[in-house]
Amino acid sequence: MPIKSYLAHPHNGKKNELVQALSRIDQCEVMPAQNKDLLILITETESNTEEEILKEKLEALKSLKLLAMVSGFNTPQKN
Amino acid sequence: MYTSLTNRRKFIKKMAMLSAMTAAATMFPGILFADEQEKGLPDGDINWTKAPCRFCGVGCGVLVGTENGKAVAVKGDPKSTVNKGLLCVKGYHQIMCLQAKDRLTHALVKKNGTYVQTPIQEALDLVASKMKETIEKHGKDAVAMYTSGQSTIPEGYVASKFMKGAIGTNNLDCNARLCMASAVTGFLTSFGADEPMGCYEDIDHADVFVLWGNNMAEMHPVLFSRMLEQKNRRGAKIIDFATRTTRTSMAADKSILFKPQSDLAVANAICYEIIKNGWVNTSFVEKHCSFNKGLTNMGYGLEDNYKFKDKPEKIDFKAYKKFLEDYTPEKVEKISGVSVKDIKYMAAYFGDPNKKVVSYWCMGINQHTRGTWMNNLVYNIHLLTGKISQPGNGPFSLTGQPSACGTAREVGTFTHKLPKGVVTNEKHRRLAAKIWKVPYERIPSKPTYHATEMFRAVDRGEIKFIWTQVTNPLVSLPKTSRYRPGMEKDSCFVVVSDVFPTPTSDVADVILPASWHIEKSGLYGNSERRTQHWDKMVEGPGETTPDAWMTIEVAKRMGFGDLFPYSEENHVEEIYNEYRQFHEGDKHGMAPLEVLKSQPGAIWPYVNGKSTQWRFNAKYDPACSNNEDFHFYGKPDGRAVIWQRPYEPAPEEPDNEYPFWLNTGRVIEHWHTGSMTRRIPVLHKAMPNAYVELHPKDAERLQIKNGDKVKLITRRGEIIMPASVNQRGIPTPLQVFVPFFDENMLINDLTLDSFCPISKEPDYKKCAVRVEKV
Repeated sequence: MPIKSYLAHPHNGKKNELVQALSRIDQCEVMPAQNKDLLILITETESNTEEEILKEKLEALKSLKLLAMVSGFNTPQKN
Repeated sequence: MYTSLTNRRKFIKKMAMLSAMTAAATMFPGILFADEQEKGLPDGDINWTKAPCRFCGVGCGVLVGTENGKAVAVKGDPKSTVNKGLLCVKGYHQIMCLQAKDRLTHALVKKNGTYVQTPIQEALDLVASKMKETIEKHGKDAVAMYTSGQSTIPEGYVASKFMKGAIGTNNLDCNARLCMASAVTGFLTSFGADEPMGCYEDIDHADVFVLWGNNMAEMHPVLFSRMLEQKNRRGAKIIDFATRTTRTSMAADKSILFKPQSDLAVANAICYEIIKNGWVNTSFVEKHCSFNKGLTNMGYGLEDNYKFKDKPEKIDFKAYKKFLEDYTPEKVEKISGVSVKDIKYMAAYFGDPNKKVVSYWCMGINQHTRGTWMNNLVYNIHLLTGKISQPGNGPFSLTGQPSACGTAREVGTFTHKLPKGVVTNEKHRRLAAKIWKVPYERIPSKPTYHATEMFRAVDRGEIKFIWTQVTNPLVSLPKTSRYRPGMEKDSCFVVVSDVFPTPTSDVADVILPASWHIEKSGLYGNSERRTQHWDKMVEGPGETTPDAWMTIEVAKRMGFGDLFPYSEENHVEEIYNEYRQFHEGDKHGMAPLEVLKSQPGAIWPYVNGKSTQWRFNAKYDPACSNNEDFHFYGKPDGRAVIWQRPYEPAPEEPDNEYPFWLNTGRVIEHWHTGSMTRRIPVLHKAMPNAYVELHPKDAERLQIKNGDKVKLITRRGEIIMPASVNQRGIPTPLQVFVPFFDENMLINDLTLDSFCPISKEPDYKKCAVRVEKV
C-alpha cells in the first residue's frame, strides 16, 4: 500500500500541461509550486503491481522531465 | 496513535507531502506552496506547543501538534530565528517514532539470560544496590556513567552532580567526546573559552562560505538551505572543501577535493599565502593575537592508558612565518592533491578585505587524529585576517547533537569538566562544592576516563558498573569489535536507559525505559549558544521515566537524597535554576527560565535581558572590558592564540594489503545510529540499509556494479554490504565511504580507535581497508 512523494520537474514551458496530466491519474495528488517550475506529487496505490503500472504511466508523460522520489532531496541518478 | 487506517493513511500522505515540501525548499530556497501552507496540517482541535527539534545540533524550532493527549503533527516554528519555519525531513517526521511497536515501556532485568519485565521501582532499587555494592567492594572509580549530547541540560546536570559531587568520581563522560571534543579543545587552546563566537545570523551577512569537510546539505540541511537562499539572492559563494563529492558539492560554487588528512597542510598553505600576499590584518594581529607552538609527533592514542599533555611555548610572528615556508602551495599540492590554483583561490577569499567569510565544519575536522590542530588552523586563518566575531565573518564549528553544547559542553558531562570550568582547577571545584553543598574534598582533582578509554577500562575489567543514558555506544564507538565483547563480560554490570532497544541494550543487565523528548520537559543548547526550553506535551507509555528523574531516584536510594531535593513535578525548573548559578555574570549568563518559556530560546551570554550574538566584539559583547574593539577575554592576556601546527600523517594509511581509505559518516534520512529514524517508516523506506560508496573508476577496475555485494576488510574485521556507484556521493579514488546508521551492518566493527591526543576524540574518517567483490 505504498504512499510516495516525488518532486516532479516539467520540461520547459510544460508545467501546466504536467499538472493537468497528473491530476487526471486517480492515484496522484499534485501540488505545483507558486513560483518555481516544480511540482510535488503524492502517489497512493493499493499494491506493488498497481505501483508498477502507475510508474509506467508516469514515465510515459511527455511533459515530465524528471521524477525524483523524496527523502529530503533530489538525487540525480547518473547510471 | 490513530483510530483508523484511513486516518493513518491520511496522516502519512500529509507527512509525505511535507517531506517533499522540505526537499523542495532545500533545493529551491524561497519556493512557495502557499495554498498548501495556508491549509496547515491535519484538521481538528490541535494544540501547538514549541520545542527544539529532537535531532541535530542546529536546534530548529518546531511546533508539535497534540490532540486528545497524542502527538499528531510537527511543523517548523516560524518564530524561530534558527529555521524560520523550515524543517528537514527528519524534523517533520520525528514524532512518528513514537508509534514503534518495540518501544521500551517497562524496566527489564536480565535473569538467567532472559529479560524479565520488572516494576520500575524494583529495577531502580537493583541499580542503586549494584552501584553501592560495587563502590564498597572495588572503590568509587569502579563505577561509571556514559551520557549524551542528547541528554537534556537537567539530565546532564544531575548526572554530573551525582557522579562528581555525591559519589566523588570523575568517571563520567559522554558521547559528545565522539563528535565535539576537538572543537572544545580547539576553542580552549585558541580563545580560552568554548563555543562559537558568532551565530546563525552570520549566514545573512557573509559573502563566502567555506565548508571544511562538512556535507551540510545532508547533515545541516536547514542551515544549508539558508545559505543557498543567500547564494541565490545576493550571490554569496559556497566552497565545498572535502574528500568526497556530495550533495553539498553539487550545490556549491566550487568543489575542491583533498586527500584524507592533508587538510592540515592546506590550511597552513592558506596562511602562507595570506602572509606572502600581505593580506594579514596587521593591527588586529598586533593588538589581539599571540603565537604559540606545541608538541608534535604526539602519537594517536592506540595504546590502552595512553597519556598526553601538550606543552605550549610562545613564539613570534617571524618564527611562525618561517614555519609556514614548508607549506607553499606548490609543496602542499603534492601532499594534498589540491592544485596550487585552488589553494590560492581559497586564500584569496580569506585575504580580500572586502569579502566577509564564514568557515563551517563539523565531523570532518573534529573526528581527526589531529582534530584540535585542525580547529586551531581554521582559527589561524580567521585571526590573521581579522575575520572573526563580526556579522558575516567568523569560524563556526557546528554540532551534531541537539545539546552537545548545552549539556555536554556547558553543563560539562566530560570527565575533566564541571558545570563551570574543570576539575583540575581548585577554584572551579570550590564553586561546584558550594553550589552542590558537598565537601570540597569530595570532588576529585584528576580526570579519569575519556569515552574510548572508559570502554577500554570496561574491557580490561577495571570498570565494574556502567550506566549509559540516551546513547548507543555499541553502534557509535570506533572499533566496536573490541568494545562489544568487553561489555558482554560478566565483570561489568551494565545498565542502559533508552527509549528503544539497541545493540547496546542487548548487552544490558538492566534496561530502564526512558521518556522520549516531548514526554518530558527539558532544555537543550544548540550550536549557536542558544538555550531552548520545552514543556512536556504527552504522557509516555507504561512506566517510562525521564532520565534525570531516574538518576535522582538512584541517588536517593544510595543515601544522597539531601543533595537532590527536587520534586518530580518541577525538577526541570528547580535543576535549571540551580545550574544557572554556575554561569552568573557577563561572560556566560544564562537566560531566566521564564524568558526561555516565552520565546524560541536565547543566546548566552544573556546580559541585561539581551542575547549576545557576537562574543569578543565590544560592539555586541558587554563582557569586553579592555577598551578596544575586540577582547578575547578567555585568555588571561586578552589575546587569541595563533598556533603553529604542522601536517602529520594518519596513524593507518592505505598500503598494498589494505589499499583504500575507509571514511564513515551520516545520511540525511537517519540520525546517528538510527535507533529513532529507522523506526520512522518514511525514513526507513527511503534509506533502508547501509552501503559502500566507491569511486566509479575503482568500481570498474574491481568489476563492481551498483548493488553488487562487496566485502570490506580492515585489521579489525570484515563486513559485506551493497555497493553504491555513482549514486548519492562519490568518494575520491582509492577511498570508500560507509554510513554508520545501520545496526545490521556495523561499520564501526572495522574502524580504528585512534584519537586526537589533545581532545581524545576518535577519528572515524581514516583507516585502511581492502575491498573485494563477493
